[in-house]
Amino acid sequence: MAQLNFAPPPPNTEATERLRGEVRGFLAKELAGMSAQKRASSWGGRDPDFSRKMAAQGWIGMTWPKKYGGHERTALERYVVLEEMLAAGAPVGAHWIADRQSAPSILRFGTEEQRQFFVPKIAKGECFFCIGMSEPDSGSDLAATRTRAVSVEGGFRVNGTKIWTSGANAAHYMILFCRTDQKGDDRHAGVSQFIVDMRTPGLTVRPIYDMSGYRQFNEVVFEDMFLPTSALLGNQGDGWKQVTSELAYERSGPDRFLSTFTLLIEGFGMLANRVDDRAAIALGRIIAHLMTLRRMSRSIAGMLQRGEDPATHAAVVKELGTSLEQEMVEVMRLLIDAEPDGSSNNPYIAVLAHTIMSAPSFSLRGGTREILRGMIARGLGLR
Amino acid sequence: MSETTDLLRDMAERLFGDGCDKAALAAAANGEWPKALWTQMEENGLTNALTPENAGGSGLSISDALLALRISARHAAPVPFAETLLASWLAAGAGLVAPAGPLTIAPASGVDVPALTKRDGGWRLSGRARRVPFARDAAAIAVLTADGAMPMVALVDPKLCKIENGKNLASEPRDDMVFDCDLAARDVAKAANGVDAHTLRLFGAAMRANQIAGALSRVLDMTVQYTQERVQFGKPISKFQAMQHNLAMLAAHSAAANAAADMAADAAEKDMDELAIAAAKTRCGESASVGAAIAHQAHGAIGFTQEHMLHFFTQRLWSWRDEFGKESDWALLIGRSAAKAGREKIWSDIVTA
Repeated sequence: MAQLNFAPPPPNTEATERLRGEVRGFLAKELAGMSAQKRASSWGGRDPDFSRKMAAQGWIGMTWPKKYGGHERTALERYVVLEEMLAAGAPVGAHWIADRQSAPSILRFGTEEQRQFFVPKIAKGECFFCIGMSEPDSGSDLAATRTRAVSVEGGFRVNGTKIWTSGANAAHYMILFCRTDQKGDDRHAGVSQFIVDMRTPGLTVRPIYDMSGYRQFNEVVFEDMFLPTSALLGNQGDGWKQVTSELAYERSGPDRFLSTFTLLIEGFGMLANRVDDRAAIALGRIIAHLMTLRRMSRSIAGMLQRGEDPATHAAVVKELGTSLEQEMVEVMRLLIDAEPDGSSNNPYIAVLAHTIMSAPSFSLRGGTREILRGMIARGLGLR
Repeated sequence: MSETTDLLRDMAERLFGDGCDKAALAAAANGEWPKALWTQMEENGLTNALTPENAGGSGLSISDALLALRISARHAAPVPFAETLLASWLAAGAGLVAPAGPLTIAPASGVDVPALTKRDGGWRLSGRARRVPFARDAAAIAVLTADGAMPMVALVDPKLCKIENGKNLASEPRDDMVFDCDLAARDVAKAANGVDAHTLRLFGAAMRANQIAGALSRVLDMTVQYTQERVQFGKPISKFQAMQHNLAMLAAHSAAANAAADMAADAAEKDMDELAIAAAKTRCGESASVGAAIAHQAHGAIGFTQEHMLHFFTQRLWSWRDEFGKESDWALLIGRSAAKAGREKIWSDIVTA
């Protein structure tokens, strides 16, 4: 029976801690005057200018080869930048997906031409990606995808609809997951990935506003959209294998337990010198969880750097991490005598409102809680 | 992972696996001293793991010693392994030579320090200690006491003390003691630099965190195995999704406990960092509670009985989560420290620990 072993993470070094100091200096300057409510958007907050400034510091594409505009730094150095950004509530959303999974996928599965074309632009903070996975009838059941790319002269013709696509309105490209061959006995066969220019004729983006009124989501419709053969990412028919290899990147990072860190900090700010024993116990417990999750998540960064495939480990981090994020809302709410109000001038009260309204998404995006538990069970050999 | 560590892991797995079958655990729970197991541990250099080589010990690193301890707990080894490690570490740090045989420490519960006074070229130790682990079985008790403000270690023969037998939920001895005895000058010395009652409690918490992680990993194995064997409605109950999701959570909590125990071991090895150990004990305690509950739910009635091994592990989890500070004790320390540091420093403290 497979026990999940989280190997010790690579230790902090002088280099990582020097880098941490640089990031903190940068953030103190760049985020001065940013409201707590904006910070609370965490990696949902988009600011292309901020992304370009980060890129100028060499903080996008940190681990990628220099010949593609990367910086050949370690996974741990990248981790330091990510966690400092999230802890400060920096608006990293514009480039987040491209940096986290699109470019790594292109580097791994793309042609040399694709690598040279896309990766340097991503590293410069000039090229943002979105993920075309979910569909109206295909959410957790990704293999049920109905969007189809049919072979035509010189490429493919695509018809179908993607939904809940975060940032489709601001992204330059989408990595589209769709069916390229008829569904056979093997549900995971016959699917492929494409890199789609969001300006391609036949592609329309329609906004979907979330319950707070934010434009998080979009619907993306493809009507006889033509894609050249060069848009294919990796091998035709390998889409399932490719997409699952992204998941460890998508699920193991500090974005899976620091989304609500601003709420914790503003809670401490609100309590100020009134942290009684009851509050200290509740808040201390949250910090204990964060410290453990951070160790597990850094351990996975080390595994990814060594070329291992920690998909089940990542599912554990995401499940425990998002559960903590959601629980944190309840802990703070019961601890502090205030009613949530997004229009309040009080930063804690405004952040609480924001966090309550976004919390349900934490255990949906990037794989639902139910899917993750199923994956862990599979890792245990139960299915 | 070094080669020494791998060898140690294999040796410990074999030794505790062989020595802790159901009969041995049941006998120990009935108050029988597991002589054969302890002898094996002595012969393989586990009991003096934290005694330096130049003092006749194995001189293992703290993290290797804690790894062996975690494995002992994977088998619910009914011996004062953690306590012997703690006592020999205290004694060695003070330059004292502990006698052969099982050892234990005081204070173990709470921070009441027995009082030490000078007398006739020696010392007199007086006071109480509650719930001292395995006091009745120990060859000596390393008592963390104080001469004024100076932390001192006294090696005490339990025969000189009044012992009232008690036990924890797993029937491990937890004895109340009254100290009122004269000690020779050679049995009392200054504690190692920086070691006081709080340090002892921290190290004890790091030990229990590792024991919880070990026992819980076994509980996970047992539960996975049981649910694959038990058939209801025509199929193994592990095939039911409701069961799979519960087991996934048990696995997640077990993984978190292991990671937290590693964090405690690193801290104990390095500098006894208070925040790291406090967080580890808090996190492991919570895993113990959640994990034991899921395991019992999955095992049904049989897991609730003496017919099955499960209770040897869950009873230890329920005891160890409270010993050397329960979750709320350590969370309180973390929360107060964060409040004192202020909002600007909370993150940097998390990162530094």
